[in-house]
Amino acid sequence: MSADSVWVLGIHMTKFGKHKDKDLTDLGSEAILGALADGGVTMSQMQVMACGNLIAAGTGLGQQVQKQVGQFGIPVYNVSNACATGATALRTVIMAIKAGEADMGVAVGVEKLSGAGLLAGGSRAESGGSWQPQGRYGAVAPLDGLVGTETMPGVFAQVGLEYEHEYGGTSAKLFAQISEKNHFHSTLNPLAAYQKRFSLDEILNDIMISYPNTRPMCSANTDGAAAAIIVSGEKLATLDPEQRRRAVKISASVLTTDPYEEGCQVLPNVNTLTRNAAKTAYEQAGVSPADLNLVELHDCFATAELVHYDNLMLCEPGGAVDFFESGAPWRDGRLPVNVSGGLQSKGHPIGATGVANVYEVATHLRGEAGPRQIEGARVGLAHVIGLGSACGIHVLEKSAV
Amino acid sequence: MTAEVGTGTAKVPLVSYLHLTPAPHLVAQECTSCRARYFDRRNACAACPGTEFRAVDVDTEGTVRTFSIVFMAAPGVKVPFVPAIVDCDGTQVRANIINVPADPEHVHVGLPVRLAVYSLGTDSVGAEAIGFGFEPIKQED
Repeated sequence: MSADSVWVLGIHMTKFGKHKDKDLTDLGSEAILGALADGGVTMSQMQVMACGNLIAAGTGLGQQVQKQVGQFGIPVYNVSNACATGATALRTVIMAIKAGEADMGVAVGVEKLSGAGLLAGGSRAESGGSWQPQGRYGAVAPLDGLVGTETMPGVFAQVGLEYEHEYGGTSAKLFAQISEKNHFHSTLNPLAAYQKRFSLDEILNDIMISYPNTRPMCSANTDGAAAAIIVSGEKLATLDPEQRRRAVKISASVLTTDPYEEGCQVLPNVNTLTRNAAKTAYEQAGVSPADLNLVELHDCFATAELVHYDNLMLCEPGGAVDFFESGAPWRDGRLPVNVSGGLQSKGHPIGATGVANVYEVATHLRGEAGPRQIEGARVGLAHVIGLGSACGIHVLEKSAV
Repeated sequence: MTAEVGTGTAKVPLVSYLHLTPAPHLVAQECTSCRARYFDRRNACAACPGTEFRAVDVDTEGTVRTFSIVFMAAPGVKVPFVPAIVDCDGTQVRANIINVPADPEHVHVGLPVRLAVYSLGTDSVGAEAIGFGFEPIKQED
């Protein structure tokens, strides 16, 4: 029998940052044990598990974590889906519960990225010696740097300036202001990797990585993990009143890839798959963007945050600049965006990100976000996108109990 | 792969979709069913059930749809450079903007550009690799 509703029973994230003395198994275990304690359940009650990790994919990390926190023979799905890896792990457990194969499960996302530097780029070594065509483009030399860029800051800079091409109104200063907002927000989040406020001048004058993105406008490579205990509505109804009160409803869970469009294999199109996911998520949840009280979206670079205001329909088409300039996405604005500090300041341990943004939204819906609480939050949205591409969206609602 | 023997030096294009004769131009693989265009070796079409492609010449002039200026890249990549997407009469092309200072005063979205080639150097057997980019079309007063 399929579940009629799916809920977050417990959720936890480690502090993001440098965890030199902890390995992936330590971080994953810490997140799971925290989520189990938060939900008032134990590993022996889990019937399914998904473990998201990108850099060490293929190492059976889920089983390694089980060997620390509890081996009960349940299925583990080790998943890897670029920057949507965490959301994919979460959704894997949600699908198992929706399918009626389990009534409770755990999703964990974990990554160690401190000091990783630039991700992607330089994908082929110099051939050396002679010009020999290789690969799908018959290239005689590495193309990164000769035919555009493979680096993430460069790709997402182009995503932002493409918005300028479509609608105009952006500037290097505007993109820096988006970063200023997220760094300011992080000062209230003790789990953020960085909790330092930057002035606009400091952001604009920092090291240029890929115009217009300076260093503070890029997501921070950090270590971290997050885990969630997911439960069916039927099972939740049998649990204690306090567990039911703190449970957060997952009213939409969506994963999309990029449909073919002219140019999408030349520069990844991060817009259409996000818009498609958002449309489906709003329909599933029966909510509109106007109902949202907070959004955690994938600000891997300041240039990316702008386009996702539009893609998630937080504004009219073409209205992202006006939306930002109205002050709406600041924490005291009409629709706070990335009150956690976002990927730029909270950090972006890739596999953990898609669970950690759900942690942030759920914590506000429970009214447990402390000094950074968005008062009266009842509905929130968490979004991630991985290049390649994959987009995950979860819409969460406060328990009615 | 297209190679020509000009002044005694074999020329090798950086990528197989760069053709050097009669004048340098890019060649896309166009799906014979839906006309989706690609630059890589194809197994099938991503937009329709088609599996047949024909070679089509891509316009050598276009406008900058979007760009960045990369200052930090993988080891061995010379910076700064200007990665861009150039709209060549509806076909999007990935290339660097070249023969222009790498700063936002000289490069902007909508900038008219044309294909340009340059030497990447000569290898141990005397073949010269030819790279490509797009350069601004000078507006004559």
